[in-house]
Amino acid sequence: MTAALEITNLRKSFGQTEIIRGVDLQIMPGERHAVIGPNGAGKSTLFNLITGRFPQTAGVVALHGHDLKGKAPYEINRMGLSRSFQITNIFPKMTVFENVRCSLLWSMGYRYSFWNMVARSRALNEGAEAILEQINLQRRRDIPAGMLSYAEQRALEIGITIAGGADVIMLDEPTAGMSHSETDYIMDLIRDVTEGKTLVMVEHDMGVVFGLADRISVLVYGEIIATGTPTDVRANPRVQEAYLGAALEAEH
Amino acid sequence: MTDTTHNTHSDVLAGSGLTLAKALPWLIASAFLLVMPFVFTSNSAITIMNQMAITIIFALSYNMLLGQGGMLSFGHAVYMGVGGFLCVHIMNWDQFFGTLPLPVLPIFGGLFGMGLALIVGSFSTRRAGTVFAMISLGVGELIAACSVIIVVFFGGEEGISGDRTYGLPFFGIEFLQQIEVYYLTAFWLVLSALGMFLFSRTPVGRMANAVRDNPERAEFLGYSARWVRFYSFVASGFFAGIAGGLFAINYEILTEENLNLATSGSILLVTFLGGVGFFFGPVIGAIVFTLLQTVLSLQTELWALYVGALFVATVMFFPGGLAGVLMMHTPPLVLGKLHLLVKPYIKTLLPAAICILATAGFIEILFHARHAAIGDDQMTLFWMTFSHANPVPWIAFGAVALGGFWLARRNAPELVETWHEANTDTGARP
Repeated sequence: MTAALEITNLRKSFGQTEIIRGVDLQIMPGERHAVIGPNGAGKSTLFNLITGRFPQTAGVVALHGHDLKGKAPYEINRMGLSRSFQITNIFPKMTVFENVRCSLLWSMGYRYSFWNMVARSRALNEGAEAILEQINLQRRRDIPAGMLSYAEQRALEIGITIAGGADVIMLDEPTAGMSHSETDYIMDLIRDVTEGKTLVMVEHDMGVVFGLADRISVLVYGEIIATGTPTDVRANPRVQEAYLGAALEAEH
Repeated sequence: MTDTTHNTHSDVLAGSGLTLAKALPWLIASAFLLVMPFVFTSNSAITIMNQMAITIIFALSYNMLLGQGGMLSFGHAVYMGVGGFLCVHIMNWDQFFGTLPLPVLPIFGGLFGMGLALIVGSFSTRRAGTVFAMISLGVGELIAACSVIIVVFFGGEEGISGDRTYGLPFFGIEFLQQIEVYYLTAFWLVLSALGMFLFSRTPVGRMANAVRDNPERAEFLGYSARWVRFYSFVASGFFAGIAGGLFAINYEILTEENLNLATSGSILLVTFLGGVGFFFGPVIGAIVFTLLQTVLSLQTELWALYVGALFVATVMFFPGGLAGVLMMHTPPLVLGKLHLLVKPYIKTLLPAAICILATAGFIEILFHARHAAIGDDQMTLFWMTFSHANPVPWIAFGAVALGGFWLARRNAPELVETWHEANTDTGARP
């Protein structure tokens, strides 16, 4: 079986500084994988390299066995990879419903059509309604997305990310800045909407990480120091030394 | 709250077909266009309405870029201009024009505008923001400069002129009368506005909004922001060209003025004044601006000063434009509280209007005192004739301006308070 996402010796330098220093990672289809690590370890950079936001300095990122080198974000998205952002990244002036509907357009084959009316496509509108129901925002469907509460915007962000039907979903700190109850809600939501899909997430909240992930990678100073099941990672002495012990203590 | 969500929900499911509610604004607008010449019968009024219709199409096409696609263009007059120039050339090409009914002519302007937009858009739409704005400015200047260089197409400084009546008679109509041209223009206005509205409802039109709001996110949804901008740009060039064709039919002459930066700047002003956030915003902007430009300019030499002040006030206080101000009243209307606003509006806005008129009067006297020919001290203002050397009018206008300002100031807090109340859902709805 080909890995959903396979990263080989990935490197990224900004000027003299090497941020990602040779990352190898294999994520199988259907796996829920979390990347954890201290601040500044390069987690978001790793995400940006995978999704084509920045070009890599060296190494290979392959999605279902296809090299992603030199591909623009929209091309990578069309190949079945979708991502959310650490800082909420929605269409603030458009309604919640429009946000979701726009994220369905490409995957439903509309491309750059200027001869179809979006309001006339039943599949499109029902699809958007279904996503809204999944992220529990039907009641807010007609207000501009910029006016949603923070947690709602995060939920919408996840909705937009999964709407296109991509089979590899990457979430960058989906619960950042949330209260406990909001975190629980988002965690359930993520579990629901990524059913049967490959999930890669960066997360700081250890509760979310250990509750959701099948496997965990620990990134420290641009290198993965351990990959394995939550139990293995928790028990790994290097991880404890470098990061997890401190993080777990901070949790309590 | 629950039942409102419910209503809109069923609206959308029912909204897959053409409903009367959706067609109604268009039917009313069309009927309005049909009736207007019977209300305003004079030739000059019809000329003003033609000018308005052309400006509406042009402003709507401009808003495809600014409002819908987030592209600030400083050179949009170019696309209207070249479309117009081509149409005049077709008018002068006897063998071909003799076989062409005049109402078809704007299509050629549209296609030519679109062709130019296709070329310019291929490199200018890579980025939005400052880069796009600067390229549009450069291209605008370049083509305006070409008008004195490529004399064979642009006719140099005096421009080129033609005669619309040489076309193939259209059901016996030769378009000798202004009124015939009016209906031709009105027909194209409805057709173009509908075309642009429907474009905004297509997948690429929807994505134009998405790219405007957040180009990066749009890329992560599978759309290249650049190509989405490109399609909007090309469509916008087409409709600007249509406006140019209508201009050619109306005035039968095009000059460098039709594609220079001043014209490009004024369409930005018109669009912003009307409001970029709503489809119908530029329509209001074009109507108000044309009225100011034609009617106000007959009354005062200083009309441009007042339009400028209006524009600055709009940008500073009502960034949503006139359409935004209108639409601000939707929540009170939905809550059934619009009537609360009537009294405070009269109490605040009437003194404010008086203050503005009196200030304008004061400026007019000042202008007359400074610039009138020596010995000519008589002037007429608001149906009163007096001498600018007389101190009474100065004092009177100054006092009325200050008084109006004081009254408006005094009553403004009440308006603000009522405004908040009218926008608050107290739940006591019938």
